[in-house]
Amino acid sequence: MRRFFIGLMSVGLIASSSLAWADALLVNGAGATFPYPIYSKWFDEYHKNHPEIQFNYQSIGSGGGIRQITAKTVDFGASDGPMTDAQLQTAEGWTILHFPTVLGGDVPAYNIEGVTDKINFTQRAISEIFLGKITKWNDPEIQSSNPDIKLPDAAIVVVHRSDGSGTTYCWTDFLSKISPEWKSKVGKGTSVNWPVGLGGKGNEGVAGLIKQTPNSIGYVELIYATQNNITYGRLQNKAGKFVNCTLASVSEAAASVADKMPADFRVSITNPPGADAYPASTFTWLLIYKTQVNKDKGQALIDFLKWMLTDGQKFTQDLGYAPLPPQVVEMEKSAIEKIKFQ
Amino acid sequence: MSATLTAPVPSTPSARPTSASQGKKTSTGWGDWIFENLTLIFALSILAIAAAIAWQLFKNSALARHAFGWSFLTKQIWDPVAEDFGALPFIFGTLVSSALALMIAIPLGVGVAIFLSELAPRRISDACAFLIELLAAIPSVVYGLIGIFVLVPVMRTHVQPFLIKTLGFLPFFRGPAYGVGMLTAAVVLAIMIVPFIVSISREIFLSVPAPLKEAAMALGATHWEVVRLAVLPYSRSGIAGAVFLALGRALGETMAVTMVIGNVPRIAASLLAPGYTMAAVLANEFTEATSDLYVHTLIEIGLVLFVITILANAIGRLILYKMAPDAEAH
Repeated sequence: MRRFFIGLMSVGLIASSSLAWADALLVNGAGATFPYPIYSKWFDEYHKNHPEIQFNYQSIGSGGGIRQITAKTVDFGASDGPMTDAQLQTAEGWTILHFPTVLGGDVPAYNIEGVTDKINFTQRAISEIFLGKITKWNDPEIQSSNPDIKLPDAAIVVVHRSDGSGTTYCWTDFLSKISPEWKSKVGKGTSVNWPVGLGGKGNEGVAGLIKQTPNSIGYVELIYATQNNITYGRLQNKAGKFVNCTLASVSEAAASVADKMPADFRVSITNPPGADAYPASTFTWLLIYKTQVNKDKGQALIDFLKWMLTDGQKFTQDLGYAPLPPQVVEMEKSAIEKIKFQ
Repeated sequence: MSATLTAPVPSTPSARPTSASQGKKTSTGWGDWIFENLTLIFALSILAIAAAIAWQLFKNSALARHAFGWSFLTKQIWDPVAEDFGALPFIFGTLVSSALALMIAIPLGVGVAIFLSELAPRRISDACAFLIELLAAIPSVVYGLIGIFVLVPVMRTHVQPFLIKTLGFLPFFRGPAYGVGMLTAAVVLAIMIVPFIVSISREIFLSVPAPLKEAAMALGATHWEVVRLAVLPYSRSGIAGAVFLALGRALGETMAVTMVIGNVPRIAASLLAPGYTMAAVLANEFTEATSDLYVHTLIEIGLVLFVITILANAIGRLILYKMAPDAEAH
């Protein structure tokens, strides 16, 4: 009996160790939390088609992604905000390329007692609410663009992110463009010095606070508002139109600046000129070294990027992300050729 | 004149023969040598780890220390875009939330411990003690979620409006009823640290020597007077030890606090206002801190928290020593 079990154990050990020797090329990446759902889906689908390659992604935040790719501890990074020139300098002469993957949008979600309709926010209204200058819901600036909605005489409770995030970067970038006062007083960043408001941790924390606190307003990713059934309003874009955040209007935001897209794709698409463009939209990028040291990993990254631009874009809509507009896809296909091996 | 009873401390003869009393060392060979030195190494390694942590915190906050100097501890601004940082709101938030939590938890905890040790039948006492110790095992994230989904609505709709109505003339209970805020965080922290105080205090109360309590009863003390005159003074140093254990947990508590405190780096007199603590800002902003100065500033906040925790414990030990110089006998 005892010899039987010893034999069983040794067979098991040999079998498991032979599994360990099975070669799957492991490509590691880290970065933004916003695209984590779609990246997980992509890496899973890609692995099904290419079982010899395994992508491993850790969503530690855009800041972490930028730091790790600069330190070369990961093979690729991901960030919701493009790297600044200063950050690119710290890569010590190595060039890091940006590749947009999907688009997302921030929505102004609110919880007002008795109001279930969509509120139109003018550019002045939304910036002054977050600056703390408009303090009541029935302020003329808000009420005038919503003649059919009875807004209560209640104090506005602003909710923002307590943790650093690309969502905040997109929102503050948008506010900086539409309000010179916001730009000088607060500025844009993954974390800022908010003039007013409570801080919630993560998109889910902000959504939770908004749902619980009467007469509150905050900004969340589109998918969090739709999945939690929180009412969100329309933003006024540069053309003056009140646009609802949909996957189409977010893609339109990217398309309307596509002809001015810089070659390195480091562009902000908030407050774009398009007539139907949603003003608080953002790309999210993959950060990849131009010169790849490891030929296998480099080729895996190139193949994945090509797959992502074609088949990968089909998975985006179901998860609440807007696909890249065709002009950007074409530009990226030629940009992939820039990646060289050492 | 308050009478306190202390038991006479019998002097015990030392059990191990020392070289002083016998003139030669007793040793049973290399086993003892290994035992003594291995335990010495373990003890020193704890100190070494603490020193290494302190050194790493100090080294990796260099940029921030040079940029801000001592004014870092007195400035109130927190601006990641302009890279201007000051830690005062966080220090205030940490100290105030922990102090409030202690103010709630100490009477509650000691009271429960007295009930469990003196008044409750033994079986109920054991069962309740077990359940209370389970409270300590609940992960702090779960406390945070309970805080957000259960406590915050209750605070916002019932407790805070009530406080504003009745005590609103005091500056401590002014402002809108958000639900989240310093008071809510203090309540959550109090619930988290009560198990420490209860379990340690109960053990100490149960270990009060029976002759002590019987002497008080013989003098005609009521049940409460027995507790006040015999049990509590005997247990003072033990309760203080439990309190400092609880304080250490409260100072470092991160997830539960960040979910219910409102995360606003501002100093306000009102308990209903949102605040921010050092542990919470570290948890929230560390992953996305991109520039080196930002990261070093957050590490400097970690250093400040480390120092404050050590200071709190040191002051506690000092008070303990002053209160009961012969505390070592217990």
